[in-house]
Order: sequence, then C-alpha cells, then structure tokens
Amino acid sequence: MAEQYTYAVSRIRAMEPELLSRAELEQLLAAPDAVQAMQQLADKGFGGGEVFATLEELLEAERDRMWETLYELVPEDEVFTVFRYETDFHNLKAAVKAAVTDMDAQGLYRDNGTVPAEQIAQAVQKREYDALPEHLRQTAQQAVDVLLQTRSGQECDVVIDRAALEQMNEVGQSSDVELVRDYMEWSVALADIKIAVRGCRTGKPAAFLRRAMAPCRTLDTVQLAAAAAKNMDAVYAYLTYTKYAAAADALKESMSAFEKWADNQIMALVRAQKTNPFTIAPVLAFMLAKENERKTVRMILTGKQNGIAEDAIRERLRDAYV
Amino acid sequence: MMESLGIVFALAGAALAALMAGIGSAIGVGMAGEAAAGVVTEDPQKFGKVLILQLLPGTQGIYGLLIAFMTLTQIGILGGDANISLAKGLLYFAACLPMAFVGLWSAKRQARAAVSGIQLVAKRPDQMGKSMIFAAMVETYAILALLVSILSIFGIAGLNI
Repeated sequence: MAEQYTYAVSRIRAMEPELLSRAELEQLLAAPDAVQAMQQLADKGFGGGEVFATLEELLEAERDRMWETLYELVPEDEVFTVFRYETDFHNLKAAVKAAVTDMDAQGLYRDNGTVPAEQIAQAVQKREYDALPEHLRQTAQQAVDVLLQTRSGQECDVVIDRAALEQMNEVGQSSDVELVRDYMEWSVALADIKIAVRGCRTGKPAAFLRRAMAPCRTLDTVQLAAAAAKNMDAVYAYLTYTKYAAAADALKESMSAFEKWADNQIMALVRAQKTNPFTIAPVLAFMLAKENERKTVRMILTGKQNGIAEDAIRERLRDAYV
Repeated sequence: MMESLGIVFALAGAALAALMAGIGSAIGVGMAGEAAAGVVTEDPQKFGKVLILQLLPGTQGIYGLLIAFMTLTQIGILGGDANISLAKGLLYFAACLPMAFVGLWSAKRQARAAVSGIQLVAKRPDQMGKSMIFAAMVETYAILALLVSILSIFGIAGLNI
C-alpha cells in the first residue's frame, strides 16, 4: 500500500533541507584548509555535529546516523536489504584478505550489513562457510580459493565484486519499487563500463573482462568485453548503440568526467522522487542522496588535504539532490 | 406495507451520507496526521502549520453529518410526523447520495493533496498559503455535492407525492 510510508516520507521531507546545498558546498570549497572545512561540517550538524580527527571517522559517523534514521523509519524493510548487501560484500573482501594474508582488517569492517562483520570474519577465518548467509557462502569459498591459488588481490576482488553486482542486481530486479530496479540496472551497467575501460587501458584479455563483468539487461557483456580487449575506439563504438551513448563522450574527455557523468545520471534518476509524496521510493532517494553527499564531501576534503586548487575540485563536483 | 418503506429509504439515505463522508474524513485526517507527525518529529515548531492542513479532509464528515441531520429533521424522525410516502423516501435517499459518494472520495483525494502540502511546508515553510490552496481546491467538489443534497432535501419537502 503506497500510503504505508506517509510518515516516513514526510519525515524525510523535513530532513531534506539538512542536505548540503550547492551554496554550502561552495562555502566548504572556500574553506582555507581541511580542518576548517571539517569544522564547518560539524557546525552544520554533519556527522552528528561532533568534530572528528579524521575524514573517514566523520564519514562513517554520518553513514551510521543515516542508517539509524532509516531503521527507525522503516524497520526491517526488505527494500533496504539489497543496499546493505554492498556492505556485506565489502566486509567479505576484508575478511578473505585478513584470513589468507594475515592482514589486520579490523579498521576496514563496516557496520550496517545484513550480518555483523564479526560473523563474516570468523566464518572465513575458520573456513566455516555454512555460518555465512546464503548470498555470501559460495562467493566466500571461491574468493578464498582464488586468493590461495593466485595470491592476487585483484583476482580475489574480481570474484567478490562480480558476485556483489550480480546478487544486488538479481534481488533488485525482483523488487516492486521501480527506483530500485532502475538504480540496480544503472549501477551494474556503469560498473561494467568502468571495468571495460580500466581493462582496456591495462590490456586485460577478453576472458578476464567477461569474468569481471556482471550481466545486465541493457548491455551485452560479451560484446563489451570483446570491444575492451581491442581498443578504446571499439568500446566507444559499442556504447554508441546502447542507451549509454553519452558515456562514450564523457569517456573521451577523461575517466573522472565519466565518473561524474555516471553519478549525475544516478542522481537524475533519484531526483525524480522529489515530487513523489508516497511509497518507499522517496526514502530510498534520500538514502542515495546522502551517499552522494558523502562522496562529494570526501572529494572536497581529500582535495583540501592534498592542496588541490578550488577550481580543480569544483570541476569534479556532482549535482546535488537539493 | 410498501407505503411504510418510505421512511426506511429516507433513513438509509441519511445514514449513508453520515457513514461514507465520515469514513472518508477518518481516512483522510488519519493519513494527513501521519504526515504531520513525521514533520513534527523533525521540527516541532511546525505543529501549528501542519495541523491546519491535517484538518482539511475533516470537513466532509461534518457535511455528511449536516445532511443526515437535515434529512432526519425533514422526515420526522427527530419529532413530528414520520409518515412519508415510498416515492418521497426514495427521493430523500437519492438526495443524500451526492454527499455520501463525493464526501467519501473527495476526503480521500484531499488527504493526498494535504499530505503533499504538509511535505511542502516541511521543506519550505514560507509556502504554507499555497499548500493550503492546493488541498482546499478539492473542497470545492465536496461543497458542490453538499449544495445539491441540501437543495434536494428542501425541494422534496414541498413536493406533493
């Protein structure tokens, strides 16, 4: 029932003015250094209003704050599960590397997955894959085997990243919410295009690329991988015949121009929910807008920390939701 | 036997007007109340503004009550001669229908407009006036139905059937 989320959507609308506007991002850009920029964010209530020592701590606190609100609004809602898978797979990646290479992954784990990070870490450490939820079981085993055999972190990442995309797309496509279906389709297609471009630039063979790419409705991964194994012109030529034709233009400019274009496409998809007063979609849109906001804050603050010029950072800024 | 059915139909009409318009308003005010609570959770100072918007879908219930009350008075249930013909009873029944159906439907639709208005006020408190106009537009049709029902009820009293 669409009206089921009336309270949630209304509360989200009252929270939307807290999202950083373009003018506030400009103020952040004008801050003399990263420390003062972080102080500005704290003054605006970002990260709960506390001042954090590092950027990562600040972003993590803001992420936790968002999930806390979402749990309060729509407790145990299946719609969010698909977005929490990303955290599960991220934690799995850290757990596999920690288990095989004895790396200390304690600081890498994230909260807000569908299962606690600790559970994933222990299951992988002891190779007790049955203790893992179904969507991670097979991938965990496969990733550990690949890492043990090849000792290549990249090969291990390929296995986990593809499984994550595949799993999220599969669950996402069965959702009743159009925004979830569209978002997942775009996410997978854009990830595949990124794999194709990076693979093409580093000279990866078509077989490797096919293994790395997750299938989706709007792209033929076999053709895209074959094109990427040839050269960038073949990738552009293939993309021209898909709905991602504009991606080719952005790619010709630079990889960061493509990433900006990709994020803006997602934001355009999400922004349509600004005028929707009912259903769960505006709540999801808010969640994705917050993700975009964190990405933008990270971009500005990392730029500030590394002394990058204001104009250079501004060029890379994505469209804001508000 | 058939003659005494007049009062039955007339009373059924009055009950229907109060019932359906009342249900519509209950749904509408409830839905707008959820939205208002959502906004007040984040910003308690907006209580006054959102309360007005929440109340807008409540008027249909009052109109339904008014039509029911007028019908009951006219047909003599609240005192007087309760002996009306079958034809008159059916006419009263028909006279109550506009308020019953339009009341139910307009309250539900007005609630959606009120929820959107509450969300508009949540983001832009200075747009309170406009958000009220959007929801109040729906009221027009509830008032038109009320008018038709009132005119019919008074008109039937003068008929000689």
